[in-house]
Amino acid sequence: MSSVAKLPWDTKKPTLHEAAGFDVERVRADFPILQQKAHGHKLVYLDNAATSQKPKAMIDAIVHYYEHENANIHRGVHYLSEIATEEYENARKVVQEFLHAAHPSEIIFVRSTTEAINLVAQTYGRTHVGAGDEVLITAMEHHSNIVPWQLLCEEKGAKLQIAPINDKGELLLDEFEKLLRPGTKIVSLGHLSNALGTINPLAQIVRLAHAHGVPVLVDGAQAAPRLPLNVRELDCDFYAFSGHKAYGPTGIGILYGKLALLEKMPPYQGGGDMISSVTFEKTLYNKVPHKFEAGTPDMSGAVGLRAAIEYLNGLGMENIEKHEHELLAYATGKVSAIPGVRLIGTAKEKAGVLSFVMDGVHPHDIGTILDQDGIAIRTGHHCAQPLMDRFGVDATARASFGLYNTKEEIDALVQGIQKVQEVFA
Amino acid sequence: MPDLRDLYQELILEHSKAPRNYRELTTPDRKAEGYNPLCGDRFTVYLKMQGDSIQDIGFQGSGCAISKASASMMTQTLKGKTQTEAQEFFERFHKVVTGQAASTNGHQELGKLAVFSGVSEFPMRVKCATLAWHTLQAALEGKQDAVSTE
Ligand SMILES: Cc1ncc(COP(=O)(O)O)c(C=O)c1O
Repeated sequence: MSSVAKLPWDTKKPTLHEAAGFDVERVRADFPILQQKAHGHKLVYLDNAATSQKPKAMIDAIVHYYEHENANIHRGVHYLSEIATEEYENARKVVQEFLHAAHPSEIIFVRSTTEAINLVAQTYGRTHVGAGDEVLITAMEHHSNIVPWQLLCEEKGAKLQIAPINDKGELLLDEFEKLLRPGTKIVSLGHLSNALGTINPLAQIVRLAHAHGVPVLVDGAQAAPRLPLNVRELDCDFYAFSGHKAYGPTGIGILYGKLALLEKMPPYQGGGDMISSVTFEKTLYNKVPHKFEAGTPDMSGAVGLRAAIEYLNGLGMENIEKHEHELLAYATGKVSAIPGVRLIGTAKEKAGVLSFVMDGVHPHDIGTILDQDGIAIRTGHHCAQPLMDRFGVDATARASFGLYNTKEEIDALVQGIQKVQEVFA
Repeated sequence: MPDLRDLYQELILEHSKAPRNYRELTTPDRKAEGYNPLCGDRFTVYLKMQGDSIQDIGFQGSGCAISKASASMMTQTLKGKTQTEAQEFFERFHKVVTGQAASTNGHQELGKLAVFSGVSEFPMRVKCATLAWHTLQAALEGKQDAVSTE
């Protein structure tokens, strides 16, 4: 996009693993938990869409923070407080760079994707959505991108509109566009579906929405650990993700928002740090991003997230994307070739997720049998019940990949599925 | 290490494939719905009472092999039993699937239902095995709201 100004980090730097190619065995050695066994078998962790495992460098960064740097931030004049504040604000800059955002102030530390979406619904949403207005989401959203909008619509007397998908799990862009109406106040949709693996054509969606004057929030919970991101190129208005799915710690998440929007939004929660002065008559709010960060934040979480992102940068998001793409293609071929197995979610553009059902076997039983061989997958509705209804299933079995997974692990999954069929033969 | 064959016993697999009393009763005296939000299992249990006794019992719904077989065998066991007997069966069943049955004694009194003792090795599956029973209990107590395992 020509209108996007170049920032220093837009020039591609060579990454740690690029020269040598992506060496998955070396990567695996960085993850202590992968060295252990499950039920006496080599652990095959294929539940990365639920949460990712953690590299040692990330764990060490949190330990280092508590052993050497811990103090409350933005509050003390003393030595440690200064270090802690610097660490926290440096983490913000690393996230800014990761998302290719224009300003560090556009990065708000929150608890998770869930909190980021609730924040926007309760601030931007409550000031812009009124009676009779509409909020537009899609049929493939996670509950965390449905319920906050339902709460808002219920309170305001607004209507939640759902853009439909086809049988492959792809958004119907024509239908989506028809639902952009004069009363539409915000679009909120996932970048990458956790239940189907579909990658939505975001740039196109944002263009359509903006042509109707509607801002777009992107739920990036599954995309952040899998795809190179550039929020300025996408031109989305808000972008949310969780640290724990991106090889970082639990308890920290990110809301990116365009500065002009954030500045006009009312605060989310009240408390310390989000104010610039308080009297009993009137409180002046702090500047963005602090206006949205009430109370003592998750400082060690920010430090851990920074270390996780630096780890990802070291590998190179392009390399990670390519590696997982190869895994998904390999797994799709192998699993769909098994008689009696049907994939749920066969979009042309997919990443990271393989959802499937089996004739005559409930996903829960598949999960238990695979678990006995040390293979961890997720079974259930994946917090997307309306989507399960759309496909006429109660649940699916889902294998989801991470940067440390291997083709051998997919072979183990395939053998496991064959074993399930033997048990139920 | 728990053995899969202890969980997926022949009899359990057989009942899951061809559940008994898998039907809605046309004029039930009582019915209740049970739901396990974790895995999406959902059953309705129908009862026809004669005084204090279960004259007829049926169930419908969807779920995993364990929950379906458990519902099927429950209906077989309880037909003709009194409310109190049904409650006693549930208590014994619960002890067996949670590994609290002291000896083979509890197993003997359970009859065929003892095949579910393997569930105790798989704590994540206890709710599957007991869903139909919780639903039955709600039906007997005349509860209107769907019962949930969570
Ligand atoms: C697509 C998507 N959105 C949102 C979430 C919610 O993330 P969190 O639970 O970290 O807030 C998830 C995680 O399950 C997800 O997969």
